[in-house]
Amino acid sequence: MAKLPLIFTVNGTEQAEFVDGDALLVDVLRDKLGMTGTRVGCGQGTCGACTILIDGAPALSCLTLAVSANGKDVTTVEGLAMGGTLHALQTAFADGFATQCGFCTSGMLVAAKALLDRNPDPDRDAVVDAISGNICRCTGYEPIINAILAAAADLRSAKSA
Amino acid sequence: MEHVRAFFAAERGDDGKAVGTSLARSDALGHVTGQTQFYADRQFPGMLHLKMVRSPHDHARIRSIDTSEAEKLPGVVRVITHKDVPANVYTILRLIQVEPNDEPVLAEDKVRFKGEQIVAILAESEAIAREAVAKVKVDYEVLPAVFDVEEALEPGAPLVNEYHGNNYFTYEGHHCRRVRHGNVEKGFAEADHVIEERYQSSPIEHAPVETTGCIVVPEANGRLTCYSNTQALFFTLDNAGLILNVPFQKLRLIGGTVGGGFGGKVDVITEPVAMLAAMLTGRPVKYAYSREEEMQVSSPRAAERIYIKDGVMNDGRIVARQVRLYVDAGAYSRHSPYGTTKASAHMPGPYTIPNVSVDAHCVYTNRTPSSAMRGFGVTIGDFALEVQMDKLARLVGMDPIAFRIRNAYRDGDMKAHGELTKGAALVETMQAAAQLAGWPLSAEDTAASSMKAGG
Repeated sequence: MAKLPLIFTVNGTEQAEFVDGDALLVDVLRDKLGMTGTRVGCGQGTCGACTILIDGAPALSCLTLAVSANGKDVTTVEGLAMGGTLHALQTAFADGFATQCGFCTSGMLVAAKALLDRNPDPDRDAVVDAISGNICRCTGYEPIINAILAAAADLRSAKSA
Repeated sequence: MEHVRAFFAAERGDDGKAVGTSLARSDALGHVTGQTQFYADRQFPGMLHLKMVRSPHDHARIRSIDTSEAEKLPGVVRVITHKDVPANVYTILRLIQVEPNDEPVLAEDKVRFKGEQIVAILAESEAIAREAVAKVKVDYEVLPAVFDVEEALEPGAPLVNEYHGNNYFTYEGHHCRRVRHGNVEKGFAEADHVIEERYQSSPIEHAPVETTGCIVVPEANGRLTCYSNTQALFFTLDNAGLILNVPFQKLRLIGGTVGGGFGGKVDVITEPVAMLAAMLTGRPVKYAYSREEEMQVSSPRAAERIYIKDGVMNDGRIVARQVRLYVDAGAYSRHSPYGTTKASAHMPGPYTIPNVSVDAHCVYTNRTPSSAMRGFGVTIGDFALEVQMDKLARLVGMDPIAFRIRNAYRDGDMKAHGELTKGAALVETMQAAAQLAGWPLSAEDTAASSMKAGG
């Protein structure tokens, strides 16, 4: 199978790869770029563990053909911390016991970032809706929802300060 | 409550200072940055992918296996059948003297549940391995199957597992694990009321977000390194050593990071065959369940059926309890003989009953083998017991908490399985729960204590 060129931005850095036409974006991120923070839980778009942002919108990287990301801007969990400083969501998840086994955490964080980027002041229902495509089997959803709301409040107060 | 605190302080050397303080999880920063390394996050050059030919039938004899078409497919490196496995038949808990060995690593002449492993395909890519799986031809003679624990114990039921010779696990010569305490027939004769109820549950899949799997890497020093998400590294190491007929020090297990287990990752299924594959090819091998495999073939919590017959007095004392309990082990033992023993000891509940009889059966059926899950052998029994306690309380017209306080273990009481009660805290726990819930208790129940028999 002839390889196809894939030139895209991942967490602010331009990347160029040759990939098979049927290669999945999650496999390119994990196997070619070594960004294994994006997890694969089901491979069928139901668990949300592989959630990334493409041009700021959440996408399931296990159902996305890699070549479709050509020219796009991709953000993974590895891109949340800027310059060694944790994103408010990461701090809130760690402080609020919103992680247990950690396998769903990357997808949860990325889905939550998409929400806060477009809605800095979400109510509880909006948070529930934003992570409704992400399955957690350990912690339960309450600490996760609380952490997202806490991070939103932190970001708002940081902005107004 | 003070005596309870004192009991545990003495037992654990606990100064009580950790309670009420918040300690950061040591793994939280790894989780939130995506840096936590799960087994599948490791990459090795030349890694092969293992996919499994599985039984489409619940119960069938294997007449023949033809792998020739699969072997011709470009990219297929090796095909493994039971003939390649040095010691193919095992049972996980043989390490703690559970016998007989009753489960093949790869099926030999029979399959006993839908999804059972038959042939392992090793290929350069997952896609090629999957394609090759579809090219393996297995000729089956479909056999009658049994899916119900009580039907499986009836005369003439299909024999599920020949290694046992019966559709039940044998406990020291008995067809079930038994608990005998007092005389239940005498208790029922003396009781004001006798009721019998039936409870049952379905299998429950843990559905961890990370599916079961491992990567095995042959090292230059002749050892195999296995990166696994097992919850049971030492069960895995020892069983794999016995299955592969290699000294234990030839195997190195690396684990500890599990993307959700809940008991579903304590079996030893993927590692031995992946280790064998690495030995036979000299290359790293990855064997990871797909989501479909996780749901179909990983061990669920066992289905149980429980009959509880109780004799109770008008004043609320339970004087006799007879339990018939059936654990659906599925086709193989795995952890179920142990879970059934736990169930038998647990089934009278945390109550002092003078006459108890428990028959706990570990039954083989053609369902997916069941195994551990959060409090297995106990959780379903507790559901049945506590529903039963509510029914009994209603029967004698008592408040359900008062009814439980009346029957709760006190220190010094003899439990049905012959252990003296020590450190009982059930009365105090219920008092505290009632207070938190605003549930009114009588002066007598408020003053009750685990320290006084009948108090």
